Amino acid sequence: MFYIYCPYCGEHREEEEFHSHGQAHIERPADPDSCTDEEWGNYMFFRKNPKGIHHEIWVHAAGCRKFFNVTRNTVTYEIKEVYKMGEQPKVVAE
Amino acid sequence: MSQKNRLQSGGRIDRSKPLTFTYNGKQYEGFAGDTLASALLANGVDLIGRSFKYSRPRGIVAAGAEEPNAVMQLGATEATQVPNVRATQQELFSGLVSSSTNGWPSVDNDVMGLVGKVGGKMMPPGFYYKTFMFPQSMWETYETFIRKAAGLGRSPKEYDPDIYDKVNQHADVVVVGAGPAGLLAAQTAARGGARVIIADEQNEFGGSLLSSKESVDGKAAHAWVASVVKELEANENVTVLPRSTVNGYHDHNFLTIHERLTDHVADRAPNGQVRQRYHRVRAKWVVLATGAHERPLVFGNNDVPGCMVANAVSTYINRYGVVPGNELVLMTTNDNAYRTAIDWHDAGRKVQAIVDTRKNPTGALVEAARERGITVIAGSAVIDVQGSKRVTGVSVAPISEDGSKVTGSVKKLSADTVASSGGWSPVIHLSCHTGSKPVWNEEVLGFLPGKTVQKQLTAGAINGTFNTAGALEEGKKAGLEALEKLGLSAVEVAVPATTEQKESKPMALFHVPHTKPTSQAPKQFVDYQNDVTAAGIELACREGFESIEHVKRYTAMGFGTDQGKLGNINGMAVAAKVLNQSIPETGTTIFRPNYTPITFGAIAGRDCGDLFDPERYSAMHKWHLEHGAKFEDVGQWKRPWYFPKAGESMQQALDRECLATRESIGILDASTLGKIDIQGKDAREFLGRVYSNAWAKLPVGKCRYGLMLKEDGMVFDDGVTSCLAENHFLMTTTSGGAATVLTWLEFYHQTEWPELEVYFTSVTDHWATMTISGPNSRKLLEELTDADVSKDSFKFMDWKPMTVAGVPARVFRISFTGELSFEINVQANYGLHVWEKLFEHGEKYDLTPYGTETMHILRAEKGFIIAGQDTDGSVHPYDLGMGWAVSMNKPFSFIGKRGMQREDCVRSDRKQMVGIKTIDPNIVLPEGAQGVFDPTAPIPMPMVGHISSSYWSACLGRSIALGFVKGGLDKMGEKVYYPLVDGRIVEAEICSPIFLDPKGERQNV
Repeated sequence: MFYIYCPYCGEHREEEEFHSHGQAHIERPADPDSCTDEEWGNYMFFRKNPKGIHHEIWVHAAGCRKFFNVTRNTVTYEIKEVYKMGEQPKVVAE
Repeated sequence: MSQKNRLQSGGRIDRSKPLTFTYNGKQYEGFAGDTLASALLANGVDLIGRSFKYSRPRGIVAAGAEEPNAVMQLGATEATQVPNVRATQQELFSGLVSSSTNGWPSVDNDVMGLVGKVGGKMMPPGFYYKTFMFPQSMWETYETFIRKAAGLGRSPKEYDPDIYDKVNQHADVVVVGAGPAGLLAAQTAARGGARVIIADEQNEFGGSLLSSKESVDGKAAHAWVASVVKELEANENVTVLPRSTVNGYHDHNFLTIHERLTDHVADRAPNGQVRQRYHRVRAKWVVLATGAHERPLVFGNNDVPGCMVANAVSTYINRYGVVPGNELVLMTTNDNAYRTAIDWHDAGRKVQAIVDTRKNPTGALVEAARERGITVIAGSAVIDVQGSKRVTGVSVAPISEDGSKVTGSVKKLSADTVASSGGWSPVIHLSCHTGSKPVWNEEVLGFLPGKTVQKQLTAGAINGTFNTAGALEEGKKAGLEALEKLGLSAVEVAVPATTEQKESKPMALFHVPHTKPTSQAPKQFVDYQNDVTAAGIELACREGFESIEHVKRYTAMGFGTDQGKLGNINGMAVAAKVLNQSIPETGTTIFRPNYTPITFGAIAGRDCGDLFDPERYSAMHKWHLEHGAKFEDVGQWKRPWYFPKAGESMQQALDRECLATRESIGILDASTLGKIDIQGKDAREFLGRVYSNAWAKLPVGKCRYGLMLKEDGMVFDDGVTSCLAENHFLMTTTSGGAATVLTWLEFYHQTEWPELEVYFTSVTDHWATMTISGPNSRKLLEELTDADVSKDSFKFMDWKPMTVAGVPARVFRISFTGELSFEINVQANYGLHVWEKLFEHGEKYDLTPYGTETMHILRAEKGFIIAGQDTDGSVHPYDLGMGWAVSMNKPFSFIGKRGMQREDCVRSDRKQMVGIKTIDPNIVLPEGAQGVFDPTAPIPMPMVGHISSSYWSACLGRSIALGFVKGGLDKMGEKVYYPLVDGRIVEAEICSPIFLDPKGERQNV
């Protein structure tokens, strides 16, 4: 069970307070209507499944209800960093 | 004769406190301080079970968690049955009732034994895969037989009467294991000011020192242990947990500890005490001081009762005052095990010989044995033993220096006990739980903890440091390191002096050679609990299972409740030998939680019965109970399902409720609908993005129905949203979808459109909602309010603030029944008052309460969907015939717009929602029934869509259904057929989903 630092609450809390919300940094196309089916399909369905460094969105569901980003190693489950929405990760896959 | 193997003195038992217990229906006596295993051995009980596959007689092998055979069923009553209890870990108490778990009809007289004897060759590894696969129809027959024949205990058939607790904790340092290393680590960390939890699975702290004759710090080892425990207990920063197994080491230094508070006292917890406690601990640092398990050697018939692990024999003698036999032969690859022969000799019983596999054993312990006149047969091994229910003798033969073959003639010795030692395996289980791969160490001849990302330190035998002095030193080091990492200052801790003898080098031997090849030699067991033999592993390797993980699954090695604690390394060594590679090349299987079996009670804690899951009640719940409502679970809500009157069947109640509503007036408790208060200057813009229809022009005082879609265009929720003020809206959601919708809104706001100023708050519980519906509903409302609710001043899809029954209310003129309908919302605390006032005034109109089932029927008569029943994540608004709720020319490309324009979403033959009328009006189709166009088509028939809602409509005097049909919207009047499981084929006609009042005249009055 993870021990997650909420960047808004400024505290470590148990995983039970959080929900994972999938891959981070997926931007909704600015003009969906001009997307091809393939572009739209990529936005909707295609996700990374890396072995190693991964950026995920988590929500402090039983806390402040804020969404934030987590950089996590999918092999060791280490959380390398958390950062707020709109910010960029400092730890990235090589 | 009672306790024939008990010594007159010595051990940590209290001879003044005899305890009576039952094993397999027979009474025995032991002493306070005994385990069930030591008491059985004291009484000379050799046989404690039959083996899993071959049904061979088995005895106690070990003295701790690694015991594979003595797995007992405990419990004096049906309700207190506990399976999978290791007799070696169960403390004895007066009145303990135990039985062996294998053996049918009994351990002593076993039918399956015959199969084992006859069937040795007939039951190779993979036997079950190979034999019981075909014919498949026979599997249930096989299974019954196999379960009866095998099995390791049974669960109770009655409710567990005991109380279990969970506790969440934080600690600076958790020390796992209270042997010399753990004690020093805890002492050091605690003296430095750290908050420490030290847990050990045994009833007493001390680990190896409890059965040691060494002195520590100039006093008896246990006296030193007592002094450290006293210091720890006196420190308020230290939690001392005996009888507490750290069963799991999870991510981010999270540990689960299973503490047994009363299992040593009585069959069930006395006087309302908590029986077991499950600690969930988040530790800043973890010190693993889990020790080591001795490896038995693998030799012929090494499972005959009387064959034991050397150190276990010493433990029984030194800790429990029990010598488990008369004539001992010790086989060892190392000096360490010489202690066992010395202990046996000093206890006054005969040591036939020490058989040392090394050519020239030397060293203090070897000399100590020789001084006692014990024969040491060097360069030899016990290649097999004789006897069936107890060892009667052994065959000893010289072996080659590398241990690969027998080099001389076989000599027989008489013996009733064979102790063997192949060295020690560090207990690395916990370090593996977090994914760390163990590393083979050639010096230690064992796997050590590998690299880890956890904040983990290790000390003592887990590192292969098997002597007490080294363990104490490492314990101190780990304690100091933890202090340093925690930013606390170092402290002075003296490492106590010990009196150990130096040991010479052990020999790497796991599988003892035989004069015959392994496949023809007497069975050489590797894993007792799963009956895996060296020959079985060799065969598995020859059959192509080369990965150790595959060998494990094929042979079942390391399965079961002991999880390969004794046998795994030996098994890998056998596999390595066949595959002609080293042990590290062969690799190890990975240990997973839990370390030892844990009761379901401890896992559940108090989260059972009424506390299993929260139940949510509306403000009118009490009234519903008093009026005989039957309830339905909707999420966590308890919603009235229907209100039967005395003697009514469910259908009769529904018919009455439906007719009363359409003829006069019905009332529904709709409080459970999700309600989200939305405010901010961009609230309107936001609504336009998350709903499929238009919100830009909704004026204050009006309500609008909206469909919420996912990006793929599929409907996932619906509801009415009302404009309370220019920048203030109230959104309603389905009862089950409220939390999901709120998260959905927050997600889009926070991650995609943070520039919009909008705020969301759940107000579901703040309001009690009651819907009055039917031609007389306005009359009733008028009696309770001064507000003008007439047709023209309070129009359909209007809402108004007003006073109802003296209470401020928001009233919405919306309808889910197709009738004139008012949804009255009041503060939840006033809910019951208003509800009762409505009934007071409604009596003359025969105001009828109805529940979710009548609500479903009434809405289906109008063709209104229920999100989640008529939608399943694969239907978009056009599939539902609800294109009117989509505004394709909104400026912002709302969620779902692009998705539903995909190629597949615009096909004309998509499954579309239509009404379904059976030709025989009395047949109510089952929901889920699949339709076909051609009932004569060969099976499998092409299916064209399912029934999503189906009811008997009392108002229409016939059955009605909503369902999906391929291209259904263009097939009005055409036939569709429903072949049912009972063989009937029901003929039906596709029609409009609006069965009643298609022009909507009933609600516009």
